[in-house]
Amino acid sequence: MSENKRVAAPKAQNDLFRKITQGPGLVSVLGVIVALVIGGLLIAVTDRRVIETAGYFFARPGDFLSAVWKAGTQSYVALFNGSIYNSAQGFSPFLETLTVSTPLICAGLGVALAFRAGLFNIGAQGQIIIGATMAGYVGFAWNLPIVLHLLLVIVFGLIGGALWGGLVGLLKARTGAHEVILTIMFNYVALYLLDFLMNTEMFRRPGSTNPISPVLGSSAVFPSLPGSRLHLGFVMAIALTIFVAWLLKRSTLGFELRAVGHNPAAAQTAGVNVARATILAMAIAGALAGAAGVAQVAGTEKVLTAGIAGSLGFDAITVALLGRSTPWGTFFAGLLFGAFRAGAVNMQISTGTPIDIVLVVQSLIVLFIAAPPLVKAIFGLNKKKRKTRSATTMAGA
Amino acid sequence: MRFASRKTGVAAAMIGISALALSACGQAPEESIADADNSDYIGCIVSDSGGFDDQSFNESSHRGLKNAEADLGIQTREAESKSNADFATNLQGMMNAGCDMTVTIGFLLGDATEEAAAANPDNHFAIVDFQYEEPIENVKPIIYDTAQAAYLAGYVAAATSKTGTVATFGGIKIPTVTIFMDGFADGVAKYNEDKGEDVQLLGWNKEQQDGTFTGDFEKQDRGKQVTETFLSQGADIVMPVAGPVGRGAGAALNEAAAAGQDVKLIWVDSDGFETAPDYKDIMLTSVIKTMDTAVEEVITQDVAGNFDATPYVGTLKNTGVDIAPFHNFDSEVSDETKAEVEALKQAIISGDLVVESDASPN
Repeated sequence: MSENKRVAAPKAQNDLFRKITQGPGLVSVLGVIVALVIGGLLIAVTDRRVIETAGYFFARPGDFLSAVWKAGTQSYVALFNGSIYNSAQGFSPFLETLTVSTPLICAGLGVALAFRAGLFNIGAQGQIIIGATMAGYVGFAWNLPIVLHLLLVIVFGLIGGALWGGLVGLLKARTGAHEVILTIMFNYVALYLLDFLMNTEMFRRPGSTNPISPVLGSSAVFPSLPGSRLHLGFVMAIALTIFVAWLLKRSTLGFELRAVGHNPAAAQTAGVNVARATILAMAIAGALAGAAGVAQVAGTEKVLTAGIAGSLGFDAITVALLGRSTPWGTFFAGLLFGAFRAGAVNMQISTGTPIDIVLVVQSLIVLFIAAPPLVKAIFGLNKKKRKTRSATTMAGA
Repeated sequence: MRFASRKTGVAAAMIGISALALSACGQAPEESIADADNSDYIGCIVSDSGGFDDQSFNESSHRGLKNAEADLGIQTREAESKSNADFATNLQGMMNAGCDMTVTIGFLLGDATEEAAAANPDNHFAIVDFQYEEPIENVKPIIYDTAQAAYLAGYVAAATSKTGTVATFGGIKIPTVTIFMDGFADGVAKYNEDKGEDVQLLGWNKEQQDGTFTGDFEKQDRGKQVTETFLSQGADIVMPVAGPVGRGAGAALNEAAAAGQDVKLIWVDSDGFETAPDYKDIMLTSVIKTMDTAVEEVITQDVAGNFDATPYVGTLKNTGVDIAPFHNFDSEVSDETKAEVEALKQAIISGDLVVESDASPN
């Protein structure tokens, strides 16, 4: 175990990795703003009414301009109405936002934690799938008393994710295989494994040939707030955020993880067991993603299907990037993405704006975060300022 | 280099702007008020994760709603689901939007639709390609006995095959897919039985209910690989039952045809000769499910106040399912075969011949 086969990344590459995953928070905020503005323009130019009125721009330009304004603003107003507040439903859309953000926060924390240990964990998707599969199976196949049942569902979900993540950590620590390749492949294995399981008698609903599991027992699901889909899993997400914050900031393990993330060779010299840190980082990251699987299967879906993870594992990478890999940053980034997701439903229904626009905005956010100089150039942030700021965030983190 | 590319950029922008300016010289339309009696009726649709451009049941059902909008003057709302997590949210959104009728698509939406229907007993729902064990009073299932039409396609395929081997494969092993394969298998078997031939079917074994699947409805390259394998095993007619993955099969067959092989494709869901024109030169026929007309019909009835929850079952009899014309291959299918297919069709319609599948609507 003590032998470290990991070759330290060249310094420049390591710096870039950190700059992208752990740069100043201001870049995140500005990235979101720029992405929203570009998204608004895209909504406008793809709007049917705008295209129509553009055809006679010179005959009646007012039509065109008002159509552009309307398309952009109406969509974002609908986004807000669907995610935070509207006059008809009060704040109940906000509860929906919290619901949707729950798995994003959990999985985002997993990705963020791995980032801090210098590991690019693309495997949240697979870890969610395995977590949800194990949690789901315990949920629908076992008959247990209330409270105990839900606890076991959660524990099995965490174990499932931890196994799937920890295995990657083990392979990396022992053989030096790159975690990006490993996690991508593990995603496929998990996906097709679930596909296969959903076609077995063991997982299928009795009497049905469709690949859909029985509904989880009422003792196995998170209790939810009456009149909404918000469930206790959100409290779990908050608890996990506090845990990760504590882990990174106060615990010895957290210190070791961060040391390895900064410079594995130096950490090794200083007496940190890099292999152990890598395995543990991936296992905990996996468990956090597994929690996202639990939130899905025992919170909102209540059944297991092949599509249980949706695109959560990949959205989680964005969430962690946006949150600069800090626990609370990830928490709020998860909330923001949850709001996008919840609001997008209302946006596509009430204004007919395609939901893909929201995905475009999300992708633009990643683009701007991955290219901080671009955002800085747009806003004319000078170098000196950035230096002090990144110094403070590093100290603060 | 940098300077040159900037210059080109400016030139391109100038061209773009002038094109925009020219196209903006059109006449402003008269302000008109649309007259519609049904304009306060809202018809809605929620897709599964395939989206409304899946060249399969989402697209076809969506077309039905759009036709209803045009023909009846109703309002429509649509929501694409990007993942299973979106189903309940989208349905709730539709309820908030005041939908009179909400069409949901596919068995994955079964639970979410049931929940929404229970919570909103005054709203009407229709679900495509799914049937509940216990009928729900405000949900109308729209289902298809696809095996009937696939049976005819199987017979034609067996009769037209030059190599004596035909093939089929599916996207995911679900009843709405295997019902095509069951019917196809039986059609081939019927031909063998009547003619004393031994045409082989690759990709599906009806007794064992198992066969070849690509694993999803997205990865076209998998469809291509599978088809190439079938071709190497001697098949000359392939029926992919995999939505857009069928394009992979089309591509593989087009390549084989270009290399001089005599191969044919059987499309599913819609008449591929029209909806997938890239492959029309190899398109023998298609197994059609008319989801668009069914959806429009259900909405039309609901607008008129005639909603009922009895399932709409598409059959050969009500032309809910059918096989498409042979188009370019019309001359290659013998008159004898055509007559036999027509006779089989009539026998199925009259009930003298029953095409059975585990996945048939009950």
